[in-house]
Amino acid sequence: MRRIRNLMKTPEGMAGFGILATLILVALFAPVLSPGDPLRIAGDPLLAPFVDPAFPLGTDRLGRDVLAGIIHGTRTSLAVGIAAAIAAIAIGLCVGLAAGFAGGLVEEALMRVVDAFQIVPSFLLALAFVSVIGASVPVVVLAIALGAWADPARLTRAQVLSIRERDYVAAARVIGMHPVEIAWKEILPNALPPVLALSAIIVAAAILTEAALSFLGLGDPNIVTWGSMIAEGRNVLRSSPSLSIFPGIALVVTVIGVYLLSEGFGKTLAGSEA
Amino acid sequence: MLLIVIVLTFLLLESASGDAVDAYLLSIGGGDATVAQSLRQAYGLDQSMLARLWLYISSLSRLDLGWSVAFDRPVLLLVLERLPNTLLLMGSATALAFGLGSALGIVAGAKPESASDRVLSTVSLILYAIPSFWLGLVLSIVFAVQLRWLPTSGIETIASGKTGLTRAADIASHLVLPVGALALIYTALFLRVMRAGMADVWALDFVLFARSKGLSRSRIVLRHVARNALLPLVTMLGLQSAAMLGGSVVIESIFAVPGFGRLAQEAVSGRDAPLLMGIILVSAVLVICINLVIDLLYAALDPRVGASEPAA
Repeated sequence: MRRIRNLMKTPEGMAGFGILATLILVALFAPVLSPGDPLRIAGDPLLAPFVDPAFPLGTDRLGRDVLAGIIHGTRTSLAVGIAAAIAAIAIGLCVGLAAGFAGGLVEEALMRVVDAFQIVPSFLLALAFVSVIGASVPVVVLAIALGAWADPARLTRAQVLSIRERDYVAAARVIGMHPVEIAWKEILPNALPPVLALSAIIVAAAILTEAALSFLGLGDPNIVTWGSMIAEGRNVLRSSPSLSIFPGIALVVTVIGVYLLSEGFGKTLAGSEA
Repeated sequence: MLLIVIVLTFLLLESASGDAVDAYLLSIGGGDATVAQSLRQAYGLDQSMLARLWLYISSLSRLDLGWSVAFDRPVLLLVLERLPNTLLLMGSATALAFGLGSALGIVAGAKPESASDRVLSTVSLILYAIPSFWLGLVLSIVFAVQLRWLPTSGIETIASGKTGLTRAADIASHLVLPVGALALIYTALFLRVMRAGMADVWALDFVLFARSKGLSRSRIVLRHVARNALLPLVTMLGLQSAAMLGGSVVIESIFAVPGFGRLAQEAVSGRDAPLLMGIILVSAVLVICINLVIDLLYAALDPRVGASEPAA
């Protein structure tokens, strides 16, 4: 709790927190803010924005409400971004912990796998994964996590290696704690903060990757996403560019919110160490 | 390490439901089971998984990346054909981002917390949050559709018959928008890294010493602070090369640049597993090569990195 209060003291943290809190509220109350299926045909096609009060941001080629799409797209973006980051960090923590704690051949093998994942462009990997298994939300989450877990794994291992040699770990070993218990109770909590600091960057990257995937038509076709809205608007880019511009702005605002929050976190962490 | 990439990608593509023969039959409007069977036999798709993995690895060692089902041509040829365009795109974007980013980073980092630092930091944060594909679309709306200054897509004017310098100029004008879209985001990244690095170096003793020697401010900024802050930037260049390759997939598809990334998208839509695997492998090799060059560069820039240390 104190961390959060400290966070609110930095201007970046406050701005980021404000943006994200608003977006989360929009995502949670999307069915209230804009009832009904956002993919249904609501009015005349290609209404210009700021003309009809019923459709403040206009409609697309099929007469779907752009504002409704953006409101419901918030859900997809945030959910996929956060879920992918959690999955990536969970995998990274497990692998890093196992590699750092086990050492020897296990460590060598695990770290080579991490290397392998780091040299393959993660976007290409996600592209291949989604196209092979088929587009649905869990697959997209997994595909993004697959390209993002290598960094937290590396960081966790480095942390574990330095913590492993500390006195309190030796003490735990002396009193006869089981190695798994030591790893879980003594090492993990102390290795966690720097890895969590990485999480905001992973969330931001995951949101951008999801958007890029659905922009290329590899998102779930039954769910409205900002990326697919931009792709849809691209067909009529010359006559009504606003169709692509509005979801893009929503995307930019979300990612800025995440970055600001992570800057604020960075400042409070640096402040508490000083 | 490459072997792990090979096995992992192989397993990934193996788990696909439906193979290239299915996709091919679908595209020609269906066929009977005997046709499918003979096609599978011709491509070796009827053998067991392990046998095919072994076959694949042994043919790779002969630099044979397999046969693209969708294009009906060797994968290696296809990849090599498209690679120069992507390298051109990536290379110019990297050069632009590195040059502009480090220059602006020096301006911002010369006086931390000054007005110019604040403005540059804010702008770079916003730029860094922009998805490159959206930036590409907006740039093409403004410069290609509204202003008509630059072409919207392609790598050169089709069948223009241009040669020599005019052809180079033609390609350059086609590349301005994609390079810009790809580079701007990385410019912001390099700016931030450079600025943060310079802020750290300012606090070090040798800067204080340089100041007490009475060196001019610009000399301290350029020769002492910026030079040392450049090292993390070079590291970043290597780390980002994989991400940049991924980013060029989207950029190429927006601007219809016939490059490596667009090939990946075509492989996806054609369910062309050998091609997709070849692309992933070649990109991994590319990233390794880039990082090797970066390591050598690093040793040249930083005398503390000795030749005795093995290159990672």
